[in-house]
Amino acid sequence: MSEDRNTNKEKGLPGGKQGGPMGSLGKPVEKAKNFKGTLRRLVQYLKPQRTKFLFVFVTASLSTIFSILGPKIMGKGVTKIGEGLGAKMMAAQAGKAVPSLDFTYISQIVLILIGLYIISAAFSYLQQYIMAGVAQKTVYKMRKEVDEKLSRLPLKFFDARTHGEILSRVTNDIDNISTTLQQSLTQLITSLVTIIGVIVMMLSISPLLTLIVILTLPLYMVVTIKIAKGSQQHFAAQQKSLGELNGLVEEAYAGHKIVKAFGREDETFARFNTINEKLYQAGYKAQFISGIIMPLMRLVSNLGYVIICVIGGVFATRNMISIGDILAFIQYSRQFTQPIVQTANIANIIQSTIASAERVFELLDEVEEVPDAIEAKIVPFPKGHVRFENVDFSYEEEEELLKKINVDVKPGNTIAIVGPTGAGKTTLVNLLMRFYEISNGRILIDGIDIRDIKRGSLRSMFGMVLQDTWLFNGTIFENIAYGREDATEEEVINAAKAAHAHHFIKTLPEGYNTILNEEASNISQGQKQLLTIARAILANPVILILDEATSSVDSRTEAYIQKAMTELMQGRTSFVIAHRLSTIRDAELILVMNQGSIIEMGTHNELLAKKSFYADLYNSQFTGTSIEVV
Amino acid sequence: MVKLFRLLKPFTAYITAVVVLLFVQVISDLYLPTLMADLVDIGIVNKDINYILKTGGFMLLIAAGGTICAIIAAYLSARTSIGFGKIIREKLFSKVESFSLHEFDKLGTATLITRTTNDVNQIQQVSVLILTMMVTAPLTSIGGVVMALQQDISLSWVLVVVIPVLFTIIGGTLFRALPLFKLMQEKLDKLNLVLRENLTGIRVIRAFNRKEKEKVRFDEANADLMQNAIKINLIMAALMPAMMLIMNLTTVALVWFGAIRIDSGAMQIGSLLAFIQYATQILFSLLMLVMLFIVIPRAQVSAVRINEVLETNLDIKDPVKPVTVTDGKGLVEFKDVSFRYPGADQPAINNLNFVAKPGEVTAIIGGTGSGKSTLINLISRFYDTEKGSILIDGINVKDMSQKGLRAKIGFVPQKTVLFSGTIAENIRYGKQDATLEEIKHAADVAQATEFILSLEEGFNHTIAQGGANISGGQKQRLSIARALVRKPDIYIFDDSFSALDFKTDAKLRAALRPEIEEATVFLIAQSVPTVREADKIIVLDEGIIAGIGTHAQLLNNCRVYRELVASQLSEEEVG
Repeated sequence: MSEDRNTNKEKGLPGGKQGGPMGSLGKPVEKAKNFKGTLRRLVQYLKPQRTKFLFVFVTASLSTIFSILGPKIMGKGVTKIGEGLGAKMMAAQAGKAVPSLDFTYISQIVLILIGLYIISAAFSYLQQYIMAGVAQKTVYKMRKEVDEKLSRLPLKFFDARTHGEILSRVTNDIDNISTTLQQSLTQLITSLVTIIGVIVMMLSISPLLTLIVILTLPLYMVVTIKIAKGSQQHFAAQQKSLGELNGLVEEAYAGHKIVKAFGREDETFARFNTINEKLYQAGYKAQFISGIIMPLMRLVSNLGYVIICVIGGVFATRNMISIGDILAFIQYSRQFTQPIVQTANIANIIQSTIASAERVFELLDEVEEVPDAIEAKIVPFPKGHVRFENVDFSYEEEEELLKKINVDVKPGNTIAIVGPTGAGKTTLVNLLMRFYEISNGRILIDGIDIRDIKRGSLRSMFGMVLQDTWLFNGTIFENIAYGREDATEEEVINAAKAAHAHHFIKTLPEGYNTILNEEASNISQGQKQLLTIARAILANPVILILDEATSSVDSRTEAYIQKAMTELMQGRTSFVIAHRLSTIRDAELILVMNQGSIIEMGTHNELLAKKSFYADLYNSQFTGTSIEVV
Repeated sequence: MVKLFRLLKPFTAYITAVVVLLFVQVISDLYLPTLMADLVDIGIVNKDINYILKTGGFMLLIAAGGTICAIIAAYLSARTSIGFGKIIREKLFSKVESFSLHEFDKLGTATLITRTTNDVNQIQQVSVLILTMMVTAPLTSIGGVVMALQQDISLSWVLVVVIPVLFTIIGGTLFRALPLFKLMQEKLDKLNLVLRENLTGIRVIRAFNRKEKEKVRFDEANADLMQNAIKINLIMAALMPAMMLIMNLTTVALVWFGAIRIDSGAMQIGSLLAFIQYATQILFSLLMLVMLFIVIPRAQVSAVRINEVLETNLDIKDPVKPVTVTDGKGLVEFKDVSFRYPGADQPAINNLNFVAKPGEVTAIIGGTGSGKSTLINLISRFYDTEKGSILIDGINVKDMSQKGLRAKIGFVPQKTVLFSGTIAENIRYGKQDATLEEIKHAADVAQATEFILSLEEGFNHTIAQGGANISGGQKQRLSIARALVRKPDIYIFDDSFSALDFKTDAKLRAALRPEIEEATVFLIAQSVPTVREADKIIVLDEGIIAGIGTHAQLLNNCRVYRELVASQLSEEEVG
């Protein structure tokens, strides 16, 4: 799994004023639903940094202006050289002494230019220096807000979404925003200033030539729009094939064993090839079309260049323009294309950034868990008396899952929850710990409605050992100590001993300091369960929630787990998702669940006497009398 | 990366053409300033408007020619780079398809998927960049130098000074920044890791009231990431301004020293203008080239991961001359079979000997980790035995082709896997040329007909990816039907009735009996009731056979079996 992070962020060239590859032109752009509103909200985020942004804006503009002045001034120098050259020729023709070039003037120009360029570079550096922190701090804050928001959202939210979906908002989307703030924004500023500045400078040299350059603008637009239109269908086809291909690959790999068992490798490969070929066809066309944008842009730019050379040349012969001005003009017209293309590009980038921001804001706007009441209590010494009174519950509004549930559990009792897989046995757990809110009735612990207890206090009464053994990327010691914040080393080791985990931990080369890797694949499934039991023992809760299912565990470990669980249950109120007959038979109360709701409850003997669902279940799972074995 | 480039062989002609075309295009681009120099030096100085127009027309022609070359090059390079991606993808997929379970598990499904999709796309994108910018940039700088030299040789010393300075600054910056770029990825991973743990462990975190602690953990990773990013930005902040400054100062220097040369009559003014433009072009393309090198390490990571897959040696290969059996009935024999997972100290299966006959049900029982599923996987040769041999109708499975072997087996896995497609297609997966009658019959036996007909479009109902739109029990019944339609000699039911409710289970078993009467049937189970009426029960315990026999026999002579029974059945039911 360590690779689903590979969500290719195409970072442009760092600090690139020259603009990255042109790949994004012509690709369909993702659009935000509410562009204006999202933009306004995003701007709000930037407000604390407003002075810095202003400063960045000013320095970026100044830097651009200073560098734009360059060619014009240099043109003056070149003109002077040209004039000097003319004077020389005249002198030579007239047979007079050949005058030297006006080096005092030229050296002045050179010094001015050096000064200009240094100032421009300084401002540009200043701008990037300030910007370095601005964007990063903004997205830091945004990430932090999202994380805090996640911790306040009810579990319902997480059930309805895949982890990938949520992760992608915190990483890809926020990253997208970060890149835009970091690069595109200043690029946009410099591009706009450049466009205006260049036009002004060109006008000051020759309005007619400027007009010619501006006349090439529609050509750029025609090229861009035509290409964007032409490529859209291929990009769409490419995207579609890519989706199909990913689907096929996922399915084929997930079902690898079945593909092999039924000898379907060839057919699968043939299907793959068909889609791969489609992807290739669409892909190279899309790539080709977006690949010709650059050459065509260059053609238009060269067209302008040639026209300027020719007309400028003709003008020069009539002394309507100086040579230096032609040089300056050529430089300006070359500088003109870049920012225009870039602005078009950035417009697209901003669109997709706003779409990203919208997704992030959507998450920030989700409805939160009901906050703890102000007068919520803390139960200092809970006894573990649990009572359901007329509890109704449903995940979705329409279908009611639990209706009028009344259960009374005395301290220290064991409640077995049984039912086929997928019967919703975890529903009860979710309700007890107030991961979900019940619709009607109330749940009492030691006579207090759980909604009147602080969530923290309520949840600290519980210990959980679930089948999905969640451990985090840290040492074994830290993972056990997760059960209680202030646990000492001795307590942790004692808990591990009580959970029969001490022995296996000691056999690991690093012992308690063994770092569990990302999927905790360096210890076995059963060992993981022992660790979660140790964690629960350390937490020392009054009420336990246990899942007995022990899948893929070797028999010796299983025996340990069983023993540890039994010891753990001593003297605590326990809700057990039961799989062992002994547990079920010894339970004070059995809750039989099917399709999400409690359908029967009672003791083992009572339920057997009823001869209904439980009896069926019991017979099919634990006895063989009524089964016809093949 | 370089290893992958070998796959580009079929495109050699294209690539050569691309390089040639781009070279022509670069030359044409570079030729323009020279023409402009002529236009100035001859046309303007002599006030020859005709010459100016003629040169202008020629320049247009050159520009157009260059564009045509560039367009053709774009076409060929698109076909090459996208085709390159296609070939890698194809190679990867076919390689992974030939993996045995062992090779497959070694890498893992998730990463194999990423490698076949994302990583290939990454390589494809970089090859696009290489075939366009990375070809043009050096060509432009070389061409630029040549052209600049033609204009004036002695001014070139300016470039000789500037280029090393440029490289030093870029090199110095990258030297400091690249390690940070790498760290960036690590810090991003760390942040993702914390976040993912927060998502997967949400119940535990809330149950143990550790929200605050997790918040701190996230914040640490978040702040760490931010600080690293700021550090990079601060380093990179100086780069672009410095580059621009160098380029601008180069131009200024050229004007100054050019003026001196013009003054001495050694140079024309048009040449100076052309030289300045060449110098800018050279410096820009060098800059571009260096920047592109930043992309390479990222693609390198992908390339390494792709190569790892492509270079994995297959440990299960078909024999050169596979033996085919047509008249067999499906007699399965295990002779001294041992197997251990790679790297394990203990064999998962140790010295197994038994015979499973056609017309009999052979049940295999044992706790988790006792080796039941391993045994099954060995029959289908998903793994190869370490010692001993498995014979089917007297022939070693290693002497058969894998396809031929598996064609004899109808396998119903523990974890149901269906494919997207219609229900009929899913059942037909077991037998490609199955008629509708056969499919319907198989569904009947598997007790699936009733629910299939209740669905919209019945057998043509489309199953979503992973079978998300039908229930676990329904999936399991389709999986059974898929094996039944095959009418194989050997059936393997690997804990295949777990998701069925009691009544369906009973009906299914009754319907199944006549269907599989003549076949060799393996029935893997955790619980005693499922197996107690089998013809033969094999009790596995930590990889060895603890007992073989009928229920009654085993109760008498097998301690492990008695323990299993005692833990699952109540006293009165044992007898």
